[in-house]
Amino acid sequence: MSAWLTVFIKEVRENARDRRTLASALLYGPLVGPVLFAVMMVFIMGQQRDQAEQVLKLPVIGAERAPNLVAWLVQQGVEVQSAPEDPEAAVREQHEDVVLRIPPSYAEHWSQGHTAPLDLIYDGSRTHAATTVRRTRALLETYGRQIAALRLQVRGIAPEVVEPLAVVDRDLATAQSRTGMLMAMLPYFLILSAFVGGMYLAIDTTSGERERQSLEPLLITPVSRAQIMLGKMLATSAYAGASLMICVAAFVVSLGQIPVELTGFALALPLRTALMIVIVVLPIALLAASTQTVVAAMAKSFREAQTYLQFLVLLPAVPSLVLVVNPMKPALWMVMTPLFGQSALIGELLRGQSVSGAAIVGCSVSTVLVSMLFAALAVRLYQSERLAISG
Amino acid sequence: MIEVSNVRRAFGTLQAVDGVSFIAADGQITGLLGPNGAGKTTTLRMLYTLLRPDAGSIRVDDIDVLENPLEARRRLGVLPDARGLYKRFTARENIEYFGRLQGLDESTLQRRVDELIRRLEMQDIEHRRADGFSQGQRVKTAIARALVHDPRNIVLDEPTNGLDVMSTRSLRRYLLQLRDEGRCVVLSSHIMQEVAALCDHIVVIAHGRVVASGTSAALLEQTGASSLEDAFVEVIGSGEGLMA
Repeated sequence: MSAWLTVFIKEVRENARDRRTLASALLYGPLVGPVLFAVMMVFIMGQQRDQAEQVLKLPVIGAERAPNLVAWLVQQGVEVQSAPEDPEAAVREQHEDVVLRIPPSYAEHWSQGHTAPLDLIYDGSRTHAATTVRRTRALLETYGRQIAALRLQVRGIAPEVVEPLAVVDRDLATAQSRTGMLMAMLPYFLILSAFVGGMYLAIDTTSGERERQSLEPLLITPVSRAQIMLGKMLATSAYAGASLMICVAAFVVSLGQIPVELTGFALALPLRTALMIVIVVLPIALLAASTQTVVAAMAKSFREAQTYLQFLVLLPAVPSLVLVVNPMKPALWMVMTPLFGQSALIGELLRGQSVSGAAIVGCSVSTVLVSMLFAALAVRLYQSERLAISG
Repeated sequence: MIEVSNVRRAFGTLQAVDGVSFIAADGQITGLLGPNGAGKTTTLRMLYTLLRPDAGSIRVDDIDVLENPLEARRRLGVLPDARGLYKRFTARENIEYFGRLQGLDESTLQRRVDELIRRLEMQDIEHRRADGFSQGQRVKTAIARALVHDPRNIVLDEPTNGLDVMSTRSLRRYLLQLRDEGRCVVLSSHIMQEVAALCDHIVVIAHGRVVASGTSAALLEQTGASSLEDAFVEVIGSGEGLMA
């Protein structure tokens, strides 16, 4: 048996006996994404629907000052409520999404034909209140336009004079495209699971082994450092890959759980697509393991390795975030760039578009090549005297 | 046989080993004696190829360790200063892993492991996980994994460190057995009594240099001292760090 295989089997077996490693590599790591994703999806979709369809409840201050306006609002189906004592505090503390205040000067301005002030109190940073605010504002503007048209007609002027444009909203957004933003995060969760899955092993097999004083005996065996490193790196890859496949499987399950009536369409990840995604993303396991091994071998202690690797986990976020903020059609350079390529190709697969075999091969080959460069660097680090001496 | 000639090694401005030479013959126990920080561990690390000497040469069974480190390591069984075990593996699994790394085939491996477990009296811990082993149990396991490939040359860095009296006695008995089998045994120690009791050939190291060598009788004669203790103090220059 080759020495690297001996090292590989030992690392896989030994770490499989550690409940903490198993839980973090094969449970929390890969499952956090899919669960979080499903919860977010249900929450956001539910909230949008709720606010758009619910009866609009509107606390009004000084309703007696504008009886016509209030009557019109009630006519439009608004449930006018008595206002809280301190409307600003009520909004700030999120008891109310929006409060309408009719100032004392309203009636005076109104009867004299001046512009009458209305205060709409809300917190623009609360995204969940946005739909309520928008609906309230739209109602008030509609009322204003109706009154304006009446006043113009009284003066013998056609209302069209002040409304040269008639903009009609034809929002083509479907529920499917509204979830696009969330779906764009999916590649990130997948790639993340590979990095999280390999992290503990990468630390344990290098700085961990040195700290437990077993690295020196290992390096004295007649096995080349390259073989030792290879065995350890492949064991890390195996855990990263397992974590990744569990993550994909969890997505298949969790997306299937989201009720159709909530989104208006099936969010399910078909098995075929899931398999394609696994093929596309599996080389990331090598990339994660090789970069993590390099970082762990550079660190002087277990703690230091842990700190560095927590930063490294953020690395896969970069391409996904770029694609979320700036969705692009995958260009050749993007497909050939590790992490970017996988993010883009998974995105295409999720949108139900076909992905060419050449793109998958190109992306995988470049990822494997970059991983090999890191592996070569790791071998160099393994050959340094500093790695071996445990204090 | 192990031949170390004139090796030097510096760490930054500290000259840890400053020209150490000795020959460790087969069928003998050679002891490197010196106070803490004298350069014993650095010398041994160069011998088992973990550190590169700045100058000098080392040969194990006539193989130059700098030219052919893998072949040299194959002929060495080493108990290094670091003797951590894999805590999630049993004593037996720890030994087996190193046997496989030494390239033993499965039947030889099982035979060797059985033999070592019997000779080191490890039957009680054979199938126990190493987590929670006593210091003595740890050292036994570490020695077994170092010797699993039946090496002709055995190097031990402070082997009795942290052992109780009983464990020390049984380890000494085992080392004498290995010597009587004709192997070359090298050990380091800062405990004078231990080296005097066990070693056929003593190499006294201080400040990175060999300050005296020979049998204990020869050392007495050389220094004209009346006791071994006085002889060591004489050659090292002070008695500091030599007592247990």
